[in-house]
Amino acid sequence: MPTNGYLLEVRYVQQIYRTGSRQFVALQDVNLAVREGEFLCLLGPSGCGKSTLLRIVTGLQRPTEGIVLYRGQPLRGVNPHATIVFQTFALFPWLTVIENVEVALKARGVPPKLRTARALDLLDRVGLDGFEIAYPRELSGGMRQKVGFARAMAVEPELLCLDEPFSALDVLSAEALRGELLELWTEGKIPTQAILMVTHNIEEAVFMADRIVVMEKDPGRVVAEMTVDLPHPRQRRSPEFLEQVDKVYSLLAGQTQPEYVELGAAPGEPGRIRALPPITINGLAGLLEHVAEMPDRRHDLYRLAKELSVDSNHLLQVTEVAELLGFATLGSGDIALTPLGETFAEASILARKEIFATRIRRLPMFRWLLSLLNVAENRRLKWDVVLRALELEFPPDEAKQQLETIVNWGRYAEVIAYDDATETLFLE
Amino acid sequence: MALRESFAGPERPRPEEKASRRRLIFRVEQPFGRGFSIGDVVVMIGLAVLIYVGARLALRAPEMVEGPTISLSPRMLPYYALRSIGRMAAAYTLSLFFTLVYGRLAAYNRRAERVLMPLLDVLQSVPILSFLPVVLLSLSAILPERTAAELASIVLIFTSQVWNMTFAWYQSLTTIPVELREASAIFRFNGWLRFKVLELPFAAISLLWNSMMSWAGGWFFLMAAEIFTVGQRDFRLPGLGAYLQEAASQGDTRAILWGIGAMVLVIVALDQLVWRPLLAWADRFKLETVEGENPPKSWFYDLLQNSRLLEQVSEKVWQPLNERVDTWLIRRAGAPEGTKGKGNPPYLLYAAGLIVGLGMAYGGFRTALMLLSVPASQWGEIGLGVLATLLRVSTSLLIALAWTIPVGVAIGTNPRAANYLQPIVQVAASIPATALFPVFLLLIIGLPGGLNIAAVVLMLTGTQWYLLFNIIAGASAIPQDLKYTSALIGLSRWKRWQTLILPSLFPYIITGAITASGGAWNASIVAEHVEFGGQTLFTVGIGALIARATATGDYPLLLAATLTMVLAVILINRTLWRRLYRLAEERYRME
Repeated sequence: MPTNGYLLEVRYVQQIYRTGSRQFVALQDVNLAVREGEFLCLLGPSGCGKSTLLRIVTGLQRPTEGIVLYRGQPLRGVNPHATIVFQTFALFPWLTVIENVEVALKARGVPPKLRTARALDLLDRVGLDGFEIAYPRELSGGMRQKVGFARAMAVEPELLCLDEPFSALDVLSAEALRGELLELWTEGKIPTQAILMVTHNIEEAVFMADRIVVMEKDPGRVVAEMTVDLPHPRQRRSPEFLEQVDKVYSLLAGQTQPEYVELGAAPGEPGRIRALPPITINGLAGLLEHVAEMPDRRHDLYRLAKELSVDSNHLLQVTEVAELLGFATLGSGDIALTPLGETFAEASILARKEIFATRIRRLPMFRWLLSLLNVAENRRLKWDVVLRALELEFPPDEAKQQLETIVNWGRYAEVIAYDDATETLFLE
Repeated sequence: MALRESFAGPERPRPEEKASRRRLIFRVEQPFGRGFSIGDVVVMIGLAVLIYVGARLALRAPEMVEGPTISLSPRMLPYYALRSIGRMAAAYTLSLFFTLVYGRLAAYNRRAERVLMPLLDVLQSVPILSFLPVVLLSLSAILPERTAAELASIVLIFTSQVWNMTFAWYQSLTTIPVELREASAIFRFNGWLRFKVLELPFAAISLLWNSMMSWAGGWFFLMAAEIFTVGQRDFRLPGLGAYLQEAASQGDTRAILWGIGAMVLVIVALDQLVWRPLLAWADRFKLETVEGENPPKSWFYDLLQNSRLLEQVSEKVWQPLNERVDTWLIRRAGAPEGTKGKGNPPYLLYAAGLIVGLGMAYGGFRTALMLLSVPASQWGEIGLGVLATLLRVSTSLLIALAWTIPVGVAIGTNPRAANYLQPIVQVAASIPATALFPVFLLLIIGLPGGLNIAAVVLMLTGTQWYLLFNIIAGASAIPQDLKYTSALIGLSRWKRWQTLILPSLFPYIITGAITASGGAWNASIVAEHVEFGGQTLFTVGIGALIARATATGDYPLLLAATLTMVLAVILINRTLWRRLYRLAEERYRME
């Protein structure tokens, strides 16, 4: 078999969406290879196309360009040797636990007796015996996901794909389930040849994977790759572990660039437009206040995630905003407040609004919208008009989210107001 | 497909299941169309051509149609009831079949969707009863009289039932969560398994509620069809409706009471023995991830569930059979279909489209010719008729609003009263107004302006319940904390109505009123022109005009009047109701 040791290979995959004359690159030139016996993690912020990539390698979606090789053969249609464990479990709510597992076998034509035996065995292995005839709605999130795992393993896949399988669970169940999966995997209790997991949780990736592929968005692409050589079971508090986590943070958070690079272009201008992360101002203020209490007004990102108990994805969005507004700088996985950031953290509510207002006026997105409003009739613009303009730059959903963020920030800063009744934006 | 899914993102929020389900009972989903589109125009022309063809066929309809002899003996009632139920069942089966095929086509084929959805949208708001004369006449021209009448009633009920069911199925198919679709693809479900495990269960509850709504609405049309008589043509059908009509016609109070009793019994029995158990059973198809607070209950369902015999049947017969069918279908269908391929452009479809297009162009031309032969004086009559009927519809709607708002709020805000009154209201509402119409006539006909009043009363009985149900639902959905707040800040009674109650009722009133006005237009066909106790009564109105055209065999007038009525109703829907509906959805919906 001409597999050169790879179970799965992804070559030059591009995913491009077109709406009208515009096109958006969801995945750009992605190359990827999964070896047999490997646990590979795709890590990146939301919107980097990692879930899309997962759908492409399983054959659920066809890439615009590029090929997927499975055991050296180009993939056509849904990959029969792969299954997915879904973030939202994707259990059929009207089927009992055992029926949910059995239906996967039924679809492959396994006769009833064998089917039941196999399903029972798997449920037993994931610790769900006694719950066979329960309906998913009677189970906790963690147990539902166990059904998801049992169903996926029932068809004995060679490639097990996990699409953020733990992110919809509470912290404790997620941790327990991670451990159990690792046990099944590392001790060879399941016939799976390789695991491909998508996540935006940095710690989770370092905790589980042999290799991490780091992705970035706008456009979705692979930016780095690192091997995690720590033996299982890994100790989350060990210095080696934390060092790896810190390293990933520094890869993902990046290094603060000169301002003109950070701010990017305004809509309609050449150059890359910086999308605004969809966060609220409260989160930003909380972060800055917390960092302001640290010695030197700087802090490790991974510690911050722990102390504020937010997931890394959300944290990175907030820090990105702090960076964008000039309240903080990022580098080597650390965040450091600028003098302006310190002032903001210590300011009164009204003063904060003022600082915030002066800062967002510098953002190309706001500059663009303010100049539009200034020349508009009565200094008013319809929501739809602005949305159409943004849709020239972003995919429709993203455009809507951008506009919502703009209005949210603009209202807080008392720069831009929005009247819902008439659906118009206007200057304060 | 990929594009639509990926841009919609994984977390498409589903409206809260329970709230949306409660609303589903009372409302026909209104797609947010943007006024008229090309599709609508095409559909309208198609409709016109269809009516034209019907009217042309009707030329050959027999001059005289002899009606059945209806016996007033109560002993005949079970037979009549069975005949009526049979018609309903046949029409419903037809509707279900149509729904599954049509909805699937519209949901999975984008080219088809572009034609099928506007078509559905127009057909949904057409006053179905206005077609009754055309359908009856044209069918009786080509079929034996009795068969024609039976078939016409089934076609009529079908056309009244099918649209909202199709719409519900289509909507379900297009809102199946992406990850469930992906799961069924990754686990290689074939078409059959996907239908059985994913699509049908996902749509079950919505389909069931809509079936119940359709079934209830179907009675209205069945009764109308069973009692339809114009001039020398007696199209009545042996059934409960005809029995009641005959009883009222002869002034036989005892028979009237027997008839109403049988009617109520049939409706309540079907509800208790068929629909409630189905609802209780379908509760398992909830998408909710938590246990619901009060699942629908049915004593009959519980009884069936505890039956040893049924258990045996299920174990020995049903399950093995089920397994056999599944295995066979899974093997037969072989490998699952991959993701949707592009395939060749469907030349056959284009050719068919061309032929249909040419046919429609010719038909449109002939229709126009026939319409041109209608003299100006008759057009004047048609205009006047539409106005008169509109006036009647509005009057009945206003009267209905005047009493249902206070009563609905009183019931809705008082849970104890709701518990008592809800079932009574439901039974009262379930009696199709058309069945009672002859009885009203008997009571009212002696009064000055008799038929006018009777027509309004008929419209009222057909419409007020929708409004009442909606207002009760709306009033009970007003959040408790808002009620407390308005009490705390000391709002006066009037202020409270103005700031809290009326705004929160608004969406419910509108949805109720849309259905109600549709019902009222339909009622005008039966109400404005009646043969009663050997005499013909009529009043000014578009319904009377359609009936007169049927009676005298004036087919150009029949075509013109039917078309005008359809157009008028669609126009009112689009310009008035849909706008109000959108306003209600966007501004006043509490969610």
